[in-house]
Amino acid sequence: MTEIPAVELDRVTKSFGTTKAVDQLSFQIHRGEFFSILGPSGCGKTTTLRLLAGLDEADSGTIRLSGEVVNRKRPYERGLGMVFQSYALFPHLTVHRNIAFGLEQHRVAPADIPTRVAKALELVRLDPAQFAARMPSQLSGGQRQRVALARALVLEPALLLLDEPLGAIDLKLRKAMQLELKALNRSLGITFVYVTHDQEEALTMSDRIAVMDQARLAQLGTPAQIYENPRTAFVASFIGESNFLGGTAVRAVPGGWEIEGAHGAAFRVANAESIRAGERVEIAIRPEWMDVFSPDTVPPGENQLTGIVQDVVYLGEMMHVVVDVERVGEIKVALRNEGQLTRPIPWRRGDRAVAAWLPEDCQVLEPA
Amino acid sequence: MRSPRQWLLERVHQRPSLRGWALLGPGLGWLGIFFVVPMILMLAYSFMHRGRYGGVEAGFTLEHYRRFFDPLYLQVLERTVLWSLGCTVLCLLAGYPVAWVIARSTQWRTVLLFLVVLPFWTSFLVRTFAMIFLLRDSGFINSVLQSLGVIDQPLTLLYTPFAVMLGLVYGFLPLMILPIYASLEKLDGALLEAAEVLGARPMARFFKVILPLSMPGVVAGSMLTFIPALGSFLTSDLLGGAKEIMIGNLIQNQFTTARNWPFGSAASFVVMGLVLVAVLAYLRRRDVAPTGVV
Repeated sequence: MTEIPAVELDRVTKSFGTTKAVDQLSFQIHRGEFFSILGPSGCGKTTTLRLLAGLDEADSGTIRLSGEVVNRKRPYERGLGMVFQSYALFPHLTVHRNIAFGLEQHRVAPADIPTRVAKALELVRLDPAQFAARMPSQLSGGQRQRVALARALVLEPALLLLDEPLGAIDLKLRKAMQLELKALNRSLGITFVYVTHDQEEALTMSDRIAVMDQARLAQLGTPAQIYENPRTAFVASFIGESNFLGGTAVRAVPGGWEIEGAHGAAFRVANAESIRAGERVEIAIRPEWMDVFSPDTVPPGENQLTGIVQDVVYLGEMMHVVVDVERVGEIKVALRNEGQLTRPIPWRRGDRAVAAWLPEDCQVLEPA
Repeated sequence: MRSPRQWLLERVHQRPSLRGWALLGPGLGWLGIFFVVPMILMLAYSFMHRGRYGGVEAGFTLEHYRRFFDPLYLQVLERTVLWSLGCTVLCLLAGYPVAWVIARSTQWRTVLLFLVVLPFWTSFLVRTFAMIFLLRDSGFINSVLQSLGVIDQPLTLLYTPFAVMLGLVYGFLPLMILPIYASLEKLDGALLEAAEVLGARPMARFFKVILPLSMPGVVAGSMLTFIPALGSFLTSDLLGGAKEIMIGNLIQNQFTTARNWPFGSAASFVVMGLVLVAVLAYLRRRDVAPTGVV
């Protein structure tokens, strides 16, 4: 028996006028999963969330929640929770009445409401005695965020949608809330669908991430899969940083291919089964997968690009060395601070240097 | 030598509080001379004796106030209050949906707002006369109905309470629409979406979110409708045929044909007092119960 997915999108499309906001989107979200939809603004991630909530209606395709087709269902019939980017707390109601709102709509016995509201407030770590009687205008941004969360959680939904809920909160509080949200997801067993444009946030919190680009799904996978094996140039540059190289596949070598670089020099890629001879190949290399050497000290077997050190940026735990390579451009190398005995060479601007990396660390990209 | 203008500007710069007074000055002066002074005069008149050919004669009497509480006049007052309330309720029922549509529309908003204020471009008197042409026995409505064969004899529309109510609602509807529009326009659409996701159906969304949040507009619109309706005399005069007069007609008559200025003044102050008490009572209630509207 296979488990019924909490959410299932099947070729869902939504247009506003002539612009496609969501184009042929398909994916499944497992029950209890912390699932992030990540992408730049305008990529369709918020529209996807609104389609799930029923606030927008799909033009075509099927949306299933726990196996049930909900395309024609109004938001109030879907029984899910949602936390809005702007919090959307009712300004004319107290914190208590805000949280009780959904319970009242669902005809919960009035006698049970105070206990459930108090429990929801405790869940988001707000003292009911202190906060229940306050108006939203008397709360800080972080407190409003917690009330909005409590208002959604009090209904004990199977699915919680969060639309960039931490966008308006300062960094320190945001980090704390990230951990709390993750903990709530685990302890309550609720499926979280989390929309964000912050790649770090998505990597930290998610079980899986759907990266969206221009209304389409660019890549779906665990944070590690997406970071280690970005499928397209967009994913490689949107999540983390990457150096890009292009060339033509010349010949197969043991365990990989030799690529004739556009810059003239050749380099090798490993694990590239899909490559055919004569084909154009685009690769990405993460800066921290590269190393910098003085000329003629590069270990054998590594790919290398020789150039002039353009910039050295000291970041504490890391040092970024930018090497300007003729006909390629700038290659960024991230060197880890590994302690007193293995200090990186103090590179200077203008030094001749070689950026080198292993064929195994070449990520072959699919054409966009 | 400094000019008086320089002197004034320097003083204003040295004392910032003067700047506030300088800005308030023209408006306050205008109101003081043309509003407060006449009011004080009216108040004084209401206690004086009636002059034979209009005007007043010196003396002090409470006679005019006593006279106002004659059943004859109380009946006029009662009718006026009822009609004004009716007008306010009708304006609210007709105006709220209009305000909602304008506030939610995007490309048509400017056009619709323009249409709402368009009647103000002509005088109220002209517009009320136009209503006569619409309502009279040989007017537009009766001619159309007769030519369509719906009726044989013209309906008596003009000089009825119906005509007065029609005129009042027509006249004050924009004053109801605009403040409600102003508060609906500020309403955050995300609140309605939040309510919908939380399980609120359309009616619940209206009564629990939209209406409470637009109450400031409803209150402002109701006051802007009710208070002038209470004092209106033109509409009932022209469309009501002076049969069933409103308190405004009564007061107007005292100053014109009846030439009883003190009684007219006393009646004015009674009405004004009623409005003041009603407004204060309302504001007090809001202070006591702040849970309603922020």
